Amino acid sequence: MAFGMGVVRGMAITLRHFFDTYTVGQNKQPSAAGDVPARAEATVAGKIPAGMPTELGGIFTSQYPEQKLPVPERFRYIPFLLYEDDGQGERAAFDGIRCTACGICAKVCPPQCIWIVQGKGDDGRPRPVATEFFIDASICMSCGFCAEYCPFDAIKMDHDYEFSSYERHESWVFDIQELLHPVAYHAAIHPADYAREVEETRQKEAAKRQKEAAAAAKAAAAADSSGVDPEEAKRRKAEARQRMLEAKARKEAEGKAGEGGG
Amino acid sequence: MTMTMDVRPAALAPADVAARAQARFPEAVTVDAHGALVVDRAALIDVATALRDDFGLAYLNNLTCVDRPDRFDVVYHACSMAGGAPVAIKVAADKANPVVPSAVSVWAGANFQEREVYDMFGVRFAGHPNLRRILMWDGFAGYPLRKDWKEAYFEGAQKPFNSRWPDGAFFFGEEKLTEWKSNAKYPRGYTATGVEKARPDNTVMVLDAEDLKHAPDIGSERLIVNMGPQHPSTHGVFQMQLVLDGETVVDLQPVMGYMHRNHEKIGERNLWLANMPYTDRLDYIAQIGNEWGYALTVEKMMGIEVPDRAEHIRIILAELNRIQSHFWGVTFLLNDIGAFFTPMMYAIEEREIILDLLEMTTGSRLMCNYMRFGGVAYDLPEAFLPLANTLVYDRLPRAIDEMDSFLTGSEIVDTRMRGVGVLPAEQAIGYSASGPVLRGSGVPYDVRKAEPYGIYDRFDWDVVSYPEGDIYARYMVRLGEMRESLKIVQQALKQLPGGPIMGGKKAWQIRVPEGEAYGRVENPRGELGYYCVSDGKANPYRYHVRSPCFINLTALGEMTKGHKVADTVAILGSIDIVLGEVDR
Repeated sequence: MAFGMGVVRGMAITLRHFFDTYTVGQNKQPSAAGDVPARAEATVAGKIPAGMPTELGGIFTSQYPEQKLPVPERFRYIPFLLYEDDGQGERAAFDGIRCTACGICAKVCPPQCIWIVQGKGDDGRPRPVATEFFIDASICMSCGFCAEYCPFDAIKMDHDYEFSSYERHESWVFDIQELLHPVAYHAAIHPADYAREVEETRQKEAAKRQKEAAAAAKAAAAADSSGVDPEEAKRRKAEARQRMLEAKARKEAEGKAGEGGG
Repeated sequence: MTMTMDVRPAALAPADVAARAQARFPEAVTVDAHGALVVDRAALIDVATALRDDFGLAYLNNLTCVDRPDRFDVVYHACSMAGGAPVAIKVAADKANPVVPSAVSVWAGANFQEREVYDMFGVRFAGHPNLRRILMWDGFAGYPLRKDWKEAYFEGAQKPFNSRWPDGAFFFGEEKLTEWKSNAKYPRGYTATGVEKARPDNTVMVLDAEDLKHAPDIGSERLIVNMGPQHPSTHGVFQMQLVLDGETVVDLQPVMGYMHRNHEKIGERNLWLANMPYTDRLDYIAQIGNEWGYALTVEKMMGIEVPDRAEHIRIILAELNRIQSHFWGVTFLLNDIGAFFTPMMYAIEEREIILDLLEMTTGSRLMCNYMRFGGVAYDLPEAFLPLANTLVYDRLPRAIDEMDSFLTGSEIVDTRMRGVGVLPAEQAIGYSASGPVLRGSGVPYDVRKAEPYGIYDRFDWDVVSYPEGDIYARYMVRLGEMRESLKIVQQALKQLPGGPIMGGKKAWQIRVPEGEAYGRVENPRGELGYYCVSDGKANPYRYHVRSPCFINLTALGEMTKGHKVADTVAILGSIDIVLGEVDR
């Protein structure tokens, strides 16, 4: 090969890239500025999901902040807390906030940016509710451990990454009011995770119902053989169950208080 | 030129080495419960020389120290170039007056690592050619990795802190924890000029003008130039002190530590699991490899098995990661020799798409935090496989071929790279160089073949090695490795099995049994090792990172001597350092 041909070959490649920017890059903008590109919805198998378009020759310029590239579902940036906005369910008594102040997120947090105050009842016993919940977002490393290890699906990672502020102390410490988001928000940004959660709840309830039915059938069978009135047996069983639950709740509350050394 | 490692002779197993060394030095060597050779201080150099010359342990992987209550244990890991696990060697040093003979005469690669141990633990190495601090600054008082040393804003020796839960009172650490607010303590009688004067005479790195010597032969003045830390060629905050004779480099000393944050101290405060996201911040171009190395080491100590699907996912992501990292490394080298950002931009296109894959799988482009002990955090998303298949079968092969015809054979690239920065094979081994630097010197040593981890032994691929030892060889190794990585990903995607992605139960409180382990992976920049010691508690007792970039810099001075200033930039670029890992 004649001297200089290597450089010429390289320049030809540069030239092709140069023309590609006009023929491919400019004609294939994702959508008009300000719109979320259409590919955001295309997360089904076989289609290209959020991100840079592989089928194009190059990378296009998105007109940020007017135009934002969508982020994938697992994208994570600074946690938030969840509350049930319909006032239904087990946590309704605590304003629907799912957090029980168990402290796992604060303990697993690698840079230790979560501060939690557990609520106390009139009797001074701890109650499963967080009265204060701080996250120092300037320390948070967005690792996602809190969301991953929360046993109650009460804390999730956000998709919002625009947190600029004129000050870097107070405005980055989020209190419980700033952190709370409705479950609907979580369901919108994490559809697959929310579907898993719903399915798990459904299975748990189904298992519970099945267990109750089995217990009832057993009680009925026992009543049949012992001659005790089935209704009476059912009532006794319910009472026993109530007592058991109360004892369990007490024990849990005490256990949590005792775990304080963490 | 591609070689496989199968032609090399089999290495001695670590237990055999231990037994033979004990037989040869019955008075100086004992074997401890973890299979490590415990060597008497006085006999260290004799034993180390014998290990190197007679037992084949030519390569010093790792050198670090453990602060025990009654002594310092200086720990060496050395291995044979024929493959196999490294052998651990331990030497005890007194708590009051810690002195150990320097191993630099046996393994030249001990140079920077001994300086690091001196810097962090205060253990002195008798006979070391240049025993100065390396990561901390010269006037620093104290030895940060000693157990009794407390950092600024010290709150507790171990996380989690009670102040977060159950106490829950929010405060800013820098306002409330005032006891250690300012940790900059100066030693008695410290002056900045005094530090410069106190440098040993045998280094030419003296900054005073009066010490500039005249070179007698050509009568030109020698000049000391500080390149960096604010210099675009240094890929971050890194400094090279050059002694120049005209435009020719007479000596070069790397100066580092500008981004030092004591990763290892942070790691010893953390829970075992909580270290995982921190490892991403070491070599942030090769995040998956960093996590894998740490997960591997802790899995070794815990004895957990990783399910097949998780192994495949790990290998797919790690090799995709290697491809994007080499794209980055190769084209940044081109930046350094003057092809300013044109090749870089072409490479970044491909890198972006690989990062998109990482983002959709792990949730983050760089700080993935994806591996867990016993598997991975999440399964691959539905959209991953179609996109990954398009990439590895269609787009990336074309991109690599284009990069190849764009750069390889270009006369400018040839002229700048061939014959520059030559590191002969024996020197590369001696200096503990690893990764493309070692393989570019004709040593086909790759941890993935030498001590296969994960499921690398199930795939068909070759170690890429070129014998020239110059920048061009390193460039060709990287280019070849991208193709080999593609081969691995293609096979792994084809064989990807179903099943669980975690072995054992997913837990955040991990009990690691008492013991120690050295785990290593082949990262894009070389052998990344983790040395962990557990005392059975919730936090690691000792957590050490063997950083390939840091150790590859040991040979930088040798490679640059006799070359022009402009070539030092290219030589540094060919080592491809990432400062997050150099400085830790």
